[in-house]
Amino acid sequence: MSSAIDQLVSKEYQYGFSTDIAADTIPPGLNEDVVRLISAKKGEPPFLLEWRLKAFRRWQQMTEPHWSNVTYPAIDYQAVSYYSAPRTAKPLGSLDALDPKIRETYNKLGIPLNEQKLLAGVAVDAVFDSVSVGTTYKEELKKHGIIFCSFGEAVREHPDLIEKYLGSVVPYSDNFFAALNSAVFSDGSFVYIPKGVRCPMELSTYFRINAADTGQFERTLIVADEGSYVSYLEGCTAPKRSTNQLHAAVVEIVALDNATVKYSTVQNWYAGDEQGVGGIYNFVTKRGKAFTNSKISWTQVETGSAITWKYPSVILQGDNSTGEFYSVAVVNNMQQADTGTKMIHIGRNTKSNIVSKGISAGKGQNSYRGQVKVMPRAENARNYTQCDSMLIGNACGAHTFPYIEAQNNTATIEHEASTSKIGEDQIFYLKQRGMSAEQAVSMIVSGFCREVFKELPMEFALEAQQLLGITLEGSVG
Amino acid sequence: MLVITNLHANVGDKEILKGISLTVNAGEVHAIMGPNGSGKSTLAQVLAGHPGYEVTGGTVEYEGQDLLAMEPEARAHAGVFLAFQYPIEIPGVSNAYFMRTAYNEVRKARGLEEVDPMDFLDIMTEKLKLVEMDEAMLQRSVNSGFSGGEKKRNEILQMAVLEPKLAILDETDSGLDIDALRIVANGVNKLKRPDTATIVVTHYQRLLEYIVPDFVHVLAGGRIVKSGGKELALELEAKGYDWLLDEPAAVGG
Repeated sequence: MSSAIDQLVSKEYQYGFSTDIAADTIPPGLNEDVVRLISAKKGEPPFLLEWRLKAFRRWQQMTEPHWSNVTYPAIDYQAVSYYSAPRTAKPLGSLDALDPKIRETYNKLGIPLNEQKLLAGVAVDAVFDSVSVGTTYKEELKKHGIIFCSFGEAVREHPDLIEKYLGSVVPYSDNFFAALNSAVFSDGSFVYIPKGVRCPMELSTYFRINAADTGQFERTLIVADEGSYVSYLEGCTAPKRSTNQLHAAVVEIVALDNATVKYSTVQNWYAGDEQGVGGIYNFVTKRGKAFTNSKISWTQVETGSAITWKYPSVILQGDNSTGEFYSVAVVNNMQQADTGTKMIHIGRNTKSNIVSKGISAGKGQNSYRGQVKVMPRAENARNYTQCDSMLIGNACGAHTFPYIEAQNNTATIEHEASTSKIGEDQIFYLKQRGMSAEQAVSMIVSGFCREVFKELPMEFALEAQQLLGITLEGSVG
Repeated sequence: MLVITNLHANVGDKEILKGISLTVNAGEVHAIMGPNGSGKSTLAQVLAGHPGYEVTGGTVEYEGQDLLAMEPEARAHAGVFLAFQYPIEIPGVSNAYFMRTAYNEVRKARGLEEVDPMDFLDIMTEKLKLVEMDEAMLQRSVNSGFSGGEKKRNEILQMAVLEPKLAILDETDSGLDIDALRIVANGVNKLKRPDTATIVVTHYQRLLEYIVPDFVHVLAGGRIVKSGGKELALELEAKGYDWLLDEPAAVGG
């Protein structure tokens, strides 16, 4: 490979601005008092404080996992502030009362928190640092009995649902980062779709980290009652800062009998600069539990973060349940991603489908890590895994770690993998037809990702494609 | 339109083109023939700007511009088109989207408005007839899973869409059966205009029965060793290339 695929320059991160706003930020450090303080600030019922404390005590006994294929300096958990909320005279949660500066921030991000201006058919919950600052279309959703609100509000208004489902898919003891999140989570989104209801619009949460040296620990809980349907999308950005910031989120999905949940992520946290200074450490636990005849589908487009460590998974608990995972993960410059999924087949006739597309450019390292496990009772379980990697340039890496375990001999498991390299010849072909090198790369890459993009809601498929173009801009000179 | 003067080019340390001179005027069809390894495809690739070749000497003037100083996409915008000997596959990208993007890039560079997908479809419907291709072709991924003949027809389809001033066909006839050859040649002939020129790189005389050249040049050992009219192609067919290999280099026509 000659000159054209050598030059690597990073494009300016367009969401890298920060908003100057008075915030109520607690000092860095973590102990039981901090956990109590967070719970008190949010006016939580005793069961939740107890749960947080159990998680914290468990976390103290755990050690940070280092089995993933990423390297980073040790995180000082005492140097992080665990709570930051925009200070405002009026109560949060009402769009009319929203601080104009925060409203401006979301406008700049292209997420207007004004219902008339919003994309038709998308309700948004905006989370700024640790707290939800507003949810749109609430009244409209209420007519269908749908609850879509901040986690904090759900704790106040629907404590029974929270108590029943919180930790039912990802227990506080699940892993180091999930335990940390369970102890200190500040806010997030809550969704409940009643029996037989098809949610009439896309639900979306937009996460924004603003304050410096804080961690963001949000929690999302989605409960789809029997026979219901919901499609949910999350997006994320953060300012450019030279220090690494920790993001340890937990997402739990419960799909009761005959329910369908589609969860899409476009993750664009700040990735750090070309030398790898700054950027978000994205250590996230996402898991769904699928009951009889239900379906949980994860689609993710991961373009940001210095480090990504996440494995959106499905526990196929009920008979005939389906789990899907469609992923595009892009690393450029010094980014590292270790991502994939776990499909745990417990029920009979359970099906899982995994399509993973990894793109590596610059000095980026991209690992797919996927587990397919068929339990003894899971008669006729089926899995299909397709895992493709694309390399741009000579300094990046792509790695695949499949773990396949079948304890029932009626299982059918297929795994296909491929690795390709964007060639000088492909780029030259498109240039000869009048396209620039960057257009050429963007076209080749979006073709490579097509199977995943087509799973995204239409409004976001285009956004994801553009984002991919921006992330890879400058990866080919 | 095109003036090549004493062009030298290398692949790595190996010199492939050793001083090519050739002038192509508007309205003309030039055939470049020659044995394997003579530098025919290298010449085509160098004219299109492939980065794998290093130009070590000489000049190429295209419509008064220094062609060698232009990026490949700028050459495309200026009307230079290369029909590839081995068309490249782009999985997951539909032929329609690929061609519309190319079409609009060339239009933008010429200060024209972009066309939307619906209008483009109308344009394509016309162009498809030229190469006797089905509309289903538009939804398939670029060259992926195409047969050899389909790939070559797809190249001519792109040529029809982009309407180049200077078309370079690099062994477009290789791997084509007689029907496909006729379709491809008809397409090329219909696209010929008094203000355009065509360079046909070929191994065999067969294609030249359909695309009749005004000039035939024989390339051997990186040099043009003989130039003549269309009858030269027939002579080559009968006598092969060996008799030319010892002759001194002719001046390009």
